[in-house]
Amino acid sequence: MTRNVGIVIVSHSPDVARGTADMVRQMVGDEVPLAWCGGTTDGRLGTSVESILAAIDSAWSESGVAILVDLGGAETNSEMAVELLPDPRRGRVVVCNAPIVEGAVMAATEASAGSTLEQVRRTAEELKPA
Amino acid sequence: MMETFAMRLEPELQRRLIKTVAERVIAHADELVSLDQAIGDGDHGLNMKRGFEAVLADLDKLVQLPLGEALKGVGTALVMKVGGASGPLYGSLFLALGKSLPDEATRATLAEAFSAAVDAVRARGKSDAGQKTMLDVLVPVLAALREGSSELSGLRETAQRAAEATIPMKATRGRASFLGERSIGHMDPGARSSALMLSAIIDVMEGRQ
Repeated sequence: MTRNVGIVIVSHSPDVARGTADMVRQMVGDEVPLAWCGGTTDGRLGTSVESILAAIDSAWSESGVAILVDLGGAETNSEMAVELLPDPRRGRVVVCNAPIVEGAVMAATEASAGSTLEQVRRTAEELKPA
Repeated sequence: MMETFAMRLEPELQRRLIKTVAERVIAHADELVSLDQAIGDGDHGLNMKRGFEAVLADLDKLVQLPLGEALKGVGTALVMKVGGASGPLYGSLFLALGKSLPDEATRATLAEAFSAAVDAVRARGKSDAGQKTMLDVLVPVLAALREGSSELSGLRETAQRAAEATIPMKATRGRASFLGERSIGHMDPGARSSALMLSAIIDVMEGRQ
């Protein structure tokens, strides 16, 4: 089992989330646990706390998980999902303040080098608008 | 479930409260969509409808619970099913309300529980009144509730006026903030949905529903 930090991609659109995950896979292969989710449970644009929890579970790493989001609702729903995690996991998941595509690629590249969750987050957030 | 600590409404009143709030929001879904299309991404009405349909699906179960637990159940359904930022925002409101409501609710203890619920929305949204959001309805209603002078119908007017007062505001939080000056001139959809829910609750308490 990998010890690298996992990456979760949360977009309002499943196409954006899947496309972003494809780009990440091309960069880092299978070295980083990766999961994505996008869209509501009834197939509309949006994000779902249930799906985010499932994605965190699927990309889980003992080193932690970094979440990349697109717009406001994805951020709020991701923060809600993190709060609903059981205690040992809750402190090991962060929502990065970074653009989703570039942030995910940068975060995954950093994670593939075996960096800590904090390093992964910092690298992704170097991209945030000034 | 710790029944001894929990406030009990007549199950029939509890059913009417939850059902009326849910149906009111669902009935106004199209209006909320139009408001949100003007300054957001147009999904507020559909998201809230989806959330409250999930609440209605749980209604029989929710009616059996003490009020605090029932409110937490409503909050959880909204968190899980809404699909937009309003899910965690309204979800946190109902979860905090359910957690804070004492077993013997008076107007004063209700105001304190509502205050905890408004704080939960502030924290979840990293926002406060004045940013053209649901808080621009919740905060004035809390103030009126605390003041204790106005009748229930006065609270309905406070909520309605507060929602209308978001029309000239410029959004600085939420999706509408991307529009900057162009957000001016439209009522905030979250403020409208908050006013709708409060008005539904007051209708039930006044025996109109």
